[in-house]
Amino acid sequence: MDWTVFSFLAADAIQSGTIYALLALALVLVFAVTRVILVPLGEFLVFAPLTYAFFLPPAVSGLELGGQIPGTAWLSATLLAVWAVLERGHPRRALGLLLAAAGVVALAWVGARGVPLWLGWLLAVLVVLPLGPASYRLFFEPVRNATVLVYLIIAVGLHFAYQGLGLVFFGPEQYRLPAVWGGQTNVGIVPVNNQAFLVYGFAVLAMAGLYLFFTRSLYGKALRACAVNRYGARLLGISPSQAGYVSFGIATLISAVAGMLLAPLINPAYFQGFLLGLKGFVAGILGGLISYPLAVVGALVVGGFEQWAGYASSAFKDALVFALLLPVLLWRSLRSHEIAEEE
Amino acid sequence: MKRWFFLLVAALGLALSQQPAPLKIGVVVSATGPAASLGIPERNTFLLLEEEVNKRGIGGRRVQFVILDDASDTTQAVRSTRKLIQEDQVVAVIGTTTTPASLGMIDVVAEAKVPMISLAASKAIIAPVDAKRSWVFKTPQTEELMARAIVADMKERGVKTVAYIGFNDAYGEGWWTFFAQEAKEGGLNVVANERYARTDTSVTGQVVKIIAARPDAVLVGASGTPAVLPQRTLNERGYKGLIYQTHGVANPDFLRVGGKDVEGTLLPAGPILVAEQLPSGFPSKKPALDYITRYETKFGIGSYSTFGAHAYDAWLILRAALERALKNANPDNLAAFRAALRDELEATKNVVASHGVFSFSKDDHLGLRFQDTAVMVQVQNGRWKLVRMFR
Repeated sequence: MDWTVFSFLAADAIQSGTIYALLALALVLVFAVTRVILVPLGEFLVFAPLTYAFFLPPAVSGLELGGQIPGTAWLSATLLAVWAVLERGHPRRALGLLLAAAGVVALAWVGARGVPLWLGWLLAVLVVLPLGPASYRLFFEPVRNATVLVYLIIAVGLHFAYQGLGLVFFGPEQYRLPAVWGGQTNVGIVPVNNQAFLVYGFAVLAMAGLYLFFTRSLYGKALRACAVNRYGARLLGISPSQAGYVSFGIATLISAVAGMLLAPLINPAYFQGFLLGLKGFVAGILGGLISYPLAVVGALVVGGFEQWAGYASSAFKDALVFALLLPVLLWRSLRSHEIAEEE
Repeated sequence: MKRWFFLLVAALGLALSQQPAPLKIGVVVSATGPAASLGIPERNTFLLLEEEVNKRGIGGRRVQFVILDDASDTTQAVRSTRKLIQEDQVVAVIGTTTTPASLGMIDVVAEAKVPMISLAASKAIIAPVDAKRSWVFKTPQTEELMARAIVADMKERGVKTVAYIGFNDAYGEGWWTFFAQEAKEGGLNVVANERYARTDTSVTGQVVKIIAARPDAVLVGASGTPAVLPQRTLNERGYKGLIYQTHGVANPDFLRVGGKDVEGTLLPAGPILVAEQLPSGFPSKKPALDYITRYETKFGIGSYSTFGAHAYDAWLILRAALERALKNANPDNLAAFRAALRDELEATKNVVASHGVFSFSKDDHLGLRFQDTAVMVQVQNGRWKLVRMFR
């Protein structure tokens, strides 16, 4: 491996590492606040750009969809409507949720009629965004005090359901999406897609935003309190359900925007989210699922290791990446003596 | 008046009871699941054929296709095959779309002694022709035939060194096996051999390694839209040599997702992909155009695919064999008729179909001649362009 090869690999490692870092941040956030390992996060990541494909003019996407409303909009609206039924004790909240459900379908309808690219971009994120909080309300909230394992099983079930729905909504093939910022720029000898800079920009923004949110805002502090001690937080008047919605919402927003920015670089398809999410999870594990900075470092390690594995022995690439977990888990289990506490 | 009516009904009943039972043909295709983009045009082809065939029938008999979906799943394919043979009493089975499922069906049809025509690619389905496989035929070109076309084209273009990157599954491995063999016989030097997963979002590591080996050409052993990724990465990383794909990408989705990244791609294909561009002497030109017109009349312009045409070819072969078998055997004696049909299938000679000319023999249940069944195609301005024939 010479310098040229190394710098090419490093450039790509940073790109995929950044995506894993964003996913890892979202996973750590959700886990800390709710003890849910959000396996379907990768599905949210691909749903956003696939929805965007429905909002593109046929000349750009190469598809003749005839103003069809994407399935994700119906899914979002359905989940919101069911949420409204669950909240029937609070008529005003229920009404708001119903309006939101109608709003999602209306947005998707407007998008499918043909809108400017930037507006379609925003609409796609907005259509997918309710999926996170609604999933929390419908599937995790009813089993409020379950163990981590029960949450994990629900999350895996949701992942399979959403992935299957993704196939129904979008078909088996990949999509081609226009780059927000096309072309390449040479960094040293390495040509880097301009779109990748947007990914980096968003990652920095998201990290800074999360930092400020957690240290400066009351909501952020409440979430942190929930993460440290749910029971204590409740005694202080912090609602764990609300904390759940907010954390799921932030996680969905991060992964949807990351997906929108990444999509032009990878030609998204319904099946790609899971593997990205899983690698984000590995990165989160490297940080023990508690530390944000360690998760980011872990993500870059995963990205770099993956590139090296692809170069050195491509047939075993993913196996090598997931094998990375073993020494880390071994080391952590030898080092830490605390017993997993369940409330 | 009433008496007349009864007489009429009785006469009608008699006439109906004398009409022979329809010939039932079992069809298993992957109309859902990962292989659906191949299986759907195959199923549509049989819907189209059933309508047309029954305008005249075969040997005075109606034909009924019993179509089952295997959801791209081997277990389901095997179960469907059993059901077709035992419950529906079919005279022959056509299917299925994928190689693993077709391999699974061999045991079932051999045990029940029912002839089968597979629509899947791998050579393992029909070779070697042993006791079990004597019941099995197939229509799609093997990787071996297509790899030969690629190597021949590479040599014509003066390629000396070549790199391979393919799926890390049966498709990529199958292609690697036959391509490596053909390349060796053709005197090409394979300088890199890489793998990636269908679900991968980055292949930079593999591509950088390939570029470092400086090959004159790269072959991507992948199918469908995931085949775009290596090619796109090669372009982005500044690779300037030739890029070959396999015939697994010969569908409009590949062009749509690939866009300008796949411009100039070379690939081997069945002649139907470029039917209009074939010279008038090319045997498959007429049946291919015929199939396209009929399919598009029913399902819309631009809706046909090369995969549906494999189903059409299977029917052309089976129809000819059925006509001959009906002369010597009676379908009411099912076991004898199935055996007679198998013999007639094996005796198939010069059936001109949309993907080539089929002539089966005792040791060859594919029966395609290389020069009639493979052409080289290039992507030019987002369209398939015929660039080389081997005749």
